Amino acid sequence: MSLFFTIFALAACLGAVAVVISQSVVRMAFWLVVSLGSVAGLFFLADADFIGAAQLLIYVGGTLVLLVFGIMLTASGPYMKIPASPGETVVAGLIGVMFLFMVFATINGVDWDGSRDRIMAATHQTEGATGFDDRSEGNTLRPLGFALLGVRPDVPNGVAGAGYLLPFEIASVHLLVVLIGAAYLARAKRRQDVV
Amino acid sequence: MPAELNSYLLVGAVLFVCGVICMATKRNAIGVLMGVELVLNGANVNFVAFSKFTTLGLDGQVFSLFVIVLAAAEAAVALAIVLNFYNNHLTVDVDRGNKLKG
Repeated sequence: MSLFFTIFALAACLGAVAVVISQSVVRMAFWLVVSLGSVAGLFFLADADFIGAAQLLIYVGGTLVLLVFGIMLTASGPYMKIPASPGETVVAGLIGVMFLFMVFATINGVDWDGSRDRIMAATHQTEGATGFDDRSEGNTLRPLGFALLGVRPDVPNGVAGAGYLLPFEIASVHLLVVLIGAAYLARAKRRQDVV
Repeated sequence: MPAELNSYLLVGAVLFVCGVICMATKRNAIGVLMGVELVLNGANVNFVAFSKFTTLGLDGQVFSLFVIVLAAAEAAVALAIVLNFYNNHLTVDVDRGNKLKG
């Protein structure tokens, strides 16, 4: 386990815990930046260079800026901090810790090497024929682009239907619908009376 | 290999649990949104880890890309809804959104 992995993993986990603990929304946004940026570092360490870059560009550069704008537009005066009741916090923390231990036990209980060997035996793959040679160099941009266009040169024997052209198109139409819907929902109109 | 895969999965689990607690306890609507972002990031860590350490190959990375794109879309729509809520109620406290209660 490398030093960088330890640093990024600790920063991601501590940032997430700080998001839960801090009361002010602005501090939550700051710790979210720390956590998401460290996750991008983890992606780079896992040889997913394009995913790490997309994480930095879209999450840290786009979504977080959007959230900060939302905070600035809505957090006025007394509404900066809306405290939760202590009972709810204690119950949620207890349930969270119990769930975390359950997941830890499950992860440590699975025989990953054995399941990998079984999958390889079931799909008649050999260790060398897994394709995706660019992964060792961390160069995933070209295979990802081919996969989104429906062509899979990295899959051995060229399995038909392994591409992602249809989900890509659905995602693009979905983004257009979201653009129109968000602009419609957030358009300027006369403020109504407070209920 | 299993030790590294396990450590990636543990990071994903911590992010997921923090996001769920954030969603359950925060009364600020934007805090709830941040919890959703944390949960989706935990799922992304798992996708990328399985893509590297198992026979999943590139498919995990493609799916984490879709998750990132859909999370951005979800944040935009949810923020527009929160702004609308703020315009009507002058607060972002989710406990005040009880107009539909019978």
